[in-house]
Amino acid sequence: MNVTAQARELLRRDTTWPFLVPRQRAVDVSHQVILYVEGLSVSFDGFKALNDLNLYVNDGELRCLIGANGAGKTTLMDVITGKTRCDSGSAWFGRNIDLLAHDEAAIAQLGIGRKFQKPTVFEAHTVYTNLELSLKGSKGAWSALTAALTGEQRDRIDRVLETIGLVNARYQLAGALSHGQKQWLEIGMLLAAEPRLLLIDEPVAGMTAEEAERTAELLTSLAGEHTVIVVEHDMEFVRSIARTVTVLHQGAVLAEGTMDQVQNNPDVIEVYLGEDA
Amino acid sequence: MTTVEHNRSLFGNLAGALAQLRAPGEGSSLLVAILLGVTLLMSAANLLLPAESPLYVSTYTITLMGKYLCFAMLAMAVDIVWGYCGILSLGHGAFFALGGYGMGMYLMRQIGDRGVYGNPDLPDFMVFLNWQELPWYWQGMDQFWFALLMALLVPGLLAFVFGWLAFRSRVTGVYLSIMTQALTYALMLAFFRNEMGFGGNNGLTDFKDMLGFDLQADGTRVALLMATALLLALTFVASRAIVQSRLGRVVVAIRDAEPRARFLGYRTEGYKVWLFVYSALVAAVAGMLYVPQVGIINPGEFSPLNSIEVVVWVAVGGRGTLYGAIVGALLVNYAKTRFTAVMPDGWLFALGTLFVVVTVLLPKGLAGLLQRGRTTDAETRGENNTGEVSAGDAPAEPITGEARA
Ligand SMILES: Nc1ncnc2c1ncn2[C@@H]1O[C@H](COP(=O)(O)OP(=O)(O)O)[C@@H](O)[C@H]1O
Ligand SMILES: [Mg+2]
Repeated sequence: MNVTAQARELLRRDTTWPFLVPRQRAVDVSHQVILYVEGLSVSFDGFKALNDLNLYVNDGELRCLIGANGAGKTTLMDVITGKTRCDSGSAWFGRNIDLLAHDEAAIAQLGIGRKFQKPTVFEAHTVYTNLELSLKGSKGAWSALTAALTGEQRDRIDRVLETIGLVNARYQLAGALSHGQKQWLEIGMLLAAEPRLLLIDEPVAGMTAEEAERTAELLTSLAGEHTVIVVEHDMEFVRSIARTVTVLHQGAVLAEGTMDQVQNNPDVIEVYLGEDA
Repeated sequence: MTTVEHNRSLFGNLAGALAQLRAPGEGSSLLVAILLGVTLLMSAANLLLPAESPLYVSTYTITLMGKYLCFAMLAMAVDIVWGYCGILSLGHGAFFALGGYGMGMYLMRQIGDRGVYGNPDLPDFMVFLNWQELPWYWQGMDQFWFALLMALLVPGLLAFVFGWLAFRSRVTGVYLSIMTQALTYALMLAFFRNEMGFGGNNGLTDFKDMLGFDLQADGTRVALLMATALLLALTFVASRAIVQSRLGRVVVAIRDAEPRARFLGYRTEGYKVWLFVYSALVAAVAGMLYVPQVGIINPGEFSPLNSIEVVVWVAVGGRGTLYGAIVGALLVNYAKTRFTAVMPDGWLFALGTLFVVVTVLLPKGLAGLLQRGRTTDAETRGENNTGEVSAGDAPAEPITGEARA
């Protein structure tokens, strides 16, 4: 193509410039697996937080990760979401996206949402604004300058507000919410982003039994349309939601299966009884 | 749901609806109106009234006011990054001074052969240093438009490079503040050197005229004040639009929970860099307006202490509200003028005391005091938890389901 033709191509009004079109690659889940983690190792000053960890999660699954404090659950999420670099191993989102090659923002835009262990919302903003900022879409500074909510996006926010039960708190400052409500808002923020995979770190910590029950309902209802990985200590809670449980111990997978299988697994019994003793 | 809860959420929704009705904030428009009105009145009183009249405003006062307004603009620039994004810049004086030097270079070139040495091209200090020709970076600075461009470009570029390096490496908090101090300090040392070609420690001064108008004339002084007031109003309105846009909301989100924003897909360093550059440009404009009014620019403007003083103005006025920064700068500088007339050496102590008192007693500054008043009003009417939504410069609410229903 000669220069004038190229220039004409650039000046066409009916198309967006190719370099401005986001390179959104849909995640390929043709093998039903949405997350492949293989041989992952992370060490902090010689201490192995993750030690040759393997984990496969199916598309649409609700998976529970359990393990004692310090087992490496949060570190695993850190690696998947691009916060922590690993020493070795691989992490793939579907068959086609190498998670280790992306940063946090890119991974979020690929459709992986993450809830922190300590509920983190934008306290100076209202519940509504928190959700607005979480919506899927362009996250660049220039587009944010002129961004306005479309009707569709408002409907989306309304639906999320209903799902997380905060319809009546929409104009409250997020900082004024109760602890449990903040947890829900943060889950709502993930939902507003329409993710494929949700990583949820200790969602019921500090919740009342009733709140925990509602959270369990919420998470089970999300599975199917989304893939959900939940980290939790509360065995009661895990039992109420889990179909498959993965037990982490010292940075590696100790056992995997249904709750009953896992609880009768001799390795698990040994580790847990050993710790209890 | 109990009745109390129900009432509370009902009032919450009401307050939200009210908040969007009163957007974009009548308080802010009031500030622009007062600013422009007072400037016009002062200008008229200076130009139209005889000097004997009790209402006459002296040219000294006009220039003093112009200087205060420049400081107000600088304070606003600092507030944009500090109050809204949590970037405590202790080096904004650098951008202010660079803008000032750009304007100073233009004014220097306007002197022409009226300098002591009568050299038509070289400013006096260069003749004094035995320089034979104008350094390359002084070329073109006799053109007003070019000088303006450079006075914006250089600080803007510096802010971009600095911000890009610092924010990309995720430097935050105290470390970032120290880096900004180092930046302005390094520039101060550089500008003190005669070989830099900016007049060494004397800086640039003895300006004669600007765009052909005599800088000593009352009319020019008044015009400069009016230009300053106008630009302050413009930058204020622009900044308000920015902080009320979604960009502004993202910026506040970054301030309060940067990792959360990142995991939602925002490249937070990009937001910070652009906000920092914008803020530096506003500071540079303030510096450009400052120099023709005070008649001098020297490396002292880069002094780290100057930048820290600006932070105190913002703290006093109330960070996180644009009008707070403006009011804070005006009040503290007025106090400074008064105070130094009585006790020239005591100012730094007074400033320090003021800072401590404000930090301890008024963490949100004077604007916080104002908001607290309003919140108490609201509470007596039965609104809960929503006081801050409707307060001051808080971002306007989006139009919501209720509003459309
Ligand atoms: N940034 C870090 N620096 C040093 N050690 C860390 C860091 N993050 C985690 N660790 C250590 O790695 C281990 C695993 O931590 P974590 O993944 O948070 O455990 P879990 O979430 O399962 O309780 C812990 O012993 C913790 O102290
Ligand atoms: Mg953890």
